[in-house]
Amino acid sequence: MAGLSFDLIALQLFAGLALGAIYVLFAIGLSLIFGMLTVVNFAHGAFYMVGAYVGLYLISLGGNFWLCLVAVPLLIGLFGMAVERVLIRPLYGRGIDYPLLLTFGLSYVMVECVRIAFGKTGYPFDTPEVLQGAVNIGVGYFPLYRLFVIGATAAVLLALWLFLEKTSFGLIIRAGARDPQIVRVLGVDVSRVWLIVFGIGTAIAGFAGLLAAPLQGVIPEMGGTILAEAFVVTVVGGMGSIGGAVLAGLLVGVVVSMTSLFAPEMAKVSIFALMAIVLIVRPQGFFGRAGLLS
Amino acid sequence: MSEATESIRQSPGAAAGWYEFATKHRAGIAALAILIFPLVMPFTALAVNILIYGLYALGFNLVFGYLGLLSFGHAALLGTGAYLCGIAIVHFAWPWYAAIAAGVFGGLLIALLIGVIAIRTRGIYFAMVTMALSQCVYYLFYQAVDWTGGENGLRGINIRTIDLFGLQIDFLEPIVRYYVIAAFVIAAFFVMSRILASPFGAVIEAVRENEMRARASGYDVILTRLLTFVLSGGFCGLAGALQALHLSIVPIEILHYETSGLVVMIALLGGMGTFFGPMIGAAVFLVLENLVSVWTVHWQLIVGAIFIACVLFFPAGIWGTLIARGRR
Repeated sequence: MAGLSFDLIALQLFAGLALGAIYVLFAIGLSLIFGMLTVVNFAHGAFYMVGAYVGLYLISLGGNFWLCLVAVPLLIGLFGMAVERVLIRPLYGRGIDYPLLLTFGLSYVMVECVRIAFGKTGYPFDTPEVLQGAVNIGVGYFPLYRLFVIGATAAVLLALWLFLEKTSFGLIIRAGARDPQIVRVLGVDVSRVWLIVFGIGTAIAGFAGLLAAPLQGVIPEMGGTILAEAFVVTVVGGMGSIGGAVLAGLLVGVVVSMTSLFAPEMAKVSIFALMAIVLIVRPQGFFGRAGLLS
Repeated sequence: MSEATESIRQSPGAAAGWYEFATKHRAGIAALAILIFPLVMPFTALAVNILIYGLYALGFNLVFGYLGLLSFGHAALLGTGAYLCGIAIVHFAWPWYAAIAAGVFGGLLIALLIGVIAIRTRGIYFAMVTMALSQCVYYLFYQAVDWTGGENGLRGINIRTIDLFGLQIDFLEPIVRYYVIAAFVIAAFFVMSRILASPFGAVIEAVRENEMRARASGYDVILTRLLTFVLSGGFCGLAGALQALHLSIVPIEILHYETSGLVVMIALLGGMGTFFGPMIGAAVFLVLENLVSVWTVHWQLIVGAIFIACVLFFPAGIWGTLIARGRR
């Protein structure tokens, strides 16, 4: 332990926040969709993966990374809306298990389609030139791209918060989450709200996939691993709570990052240990509504 | 999710004679079907796979169909059974029957560990928590390279002959292998039939149908859930042990969450909450996979699409639909 200085730990903490930022983006989409539609989107990982591949494809066509940051969420969001309209909508009112199973089957189809289009092996994803290198953040040099990931996540969160709190459509969404029936009685087309919310959730998943791509490369299976870990985030944070997803996502990122510093072989398992502890102490998660559980 | 479920206590209609008969003698019918099964299959290895996955789905269905909890972590139960059976043979040179017992014990134990944490949650939470915990089991076995072979899988589970009351049986002969495994699967079917017909089986279904009322009637709902989950672990552990003996290796993929998803697909395809559904689902699924994979390497695309179609248009599954017809 002699080599562990304060600076190293502080740097690792920042690395954990960057990792956590990806978890946050992934989990808020999951949580938003669940909170509104009571659909656990098992295809969320597939949307994330497709986001990375669409980015890869756009760049191979000559597009740049900044264009992708706008185009990828748009395209994945539209794709998500199509999925909601055609596949998920017929299942409303038939319990929560059916949409879950359907999206699970959908993830198989999406992963296999990507394998057909791009092959089974992964691709590296170049970090955009301006974001290469490292900057001094006071405790040492930190990769610029990771700082960018933290910043981009903060921007998305801010935009989402402004949209939900300050626009009339956001008001309808929040009301629809509380009581869809009353909102329907007031003359709002709830199914349109759900369509848009699913689109926003999947758009953020695609955005997260694109952000993660330069950090870890792009493979068809990349969505599966993060899905299981994001479930931990949503369970720890409280299902359907966006604030919980943010807090738990950062916490999970930091926990993974810290254990990989002190006990690398336990890094993956630490996430699940964290979940077990939280579940035993507080079964509904940090900000979860108890009614969902008991 | 109860529309497809089989209820023995329902008064049958006029045309339901065969259904009543099938319910009464379900273990016997399953045994007979399993005995003649390899004669109609193109090759025995496929038949053995169907038996093993059918048993896995039978165990899963106890939790999914009868208890009404959707578990996405059953790969951990199957995989732990397989690994413990394999480790008993490779590292401790246990005889084959003791290794199978080790596999069943592994399934029971891991189900208890996962169950204690997960069982208080319900619905989607249960699905997510079981999936996450089973990922944890995946990493643990993946890390323990000395015991499990890590990424390469556990190799060298070679059983050439098995000693049965002084009789040396050639386990490498496919048809012999089939019937040895079939004996265990038939026994499991019999045990399952007894569990479901017992008062405890009635409590399981009561908890699914109306938890509040079950609790008011004085049953311990949490304990019932936990016990059912642990029992399910025993069946899945046995399936894992048989899989290890059959394949001679335990690949790490057995613990992958796709193995958990696979059993959900199989149960849904056959008909959840029905006695024969899991086995029929396994047969249809594996035969389908076999046919499609000859034709294209992208069989998962077809399988996923069929699964989506099942959820949308055919939620009662094959056997569940037949039962619904038979009852009318």
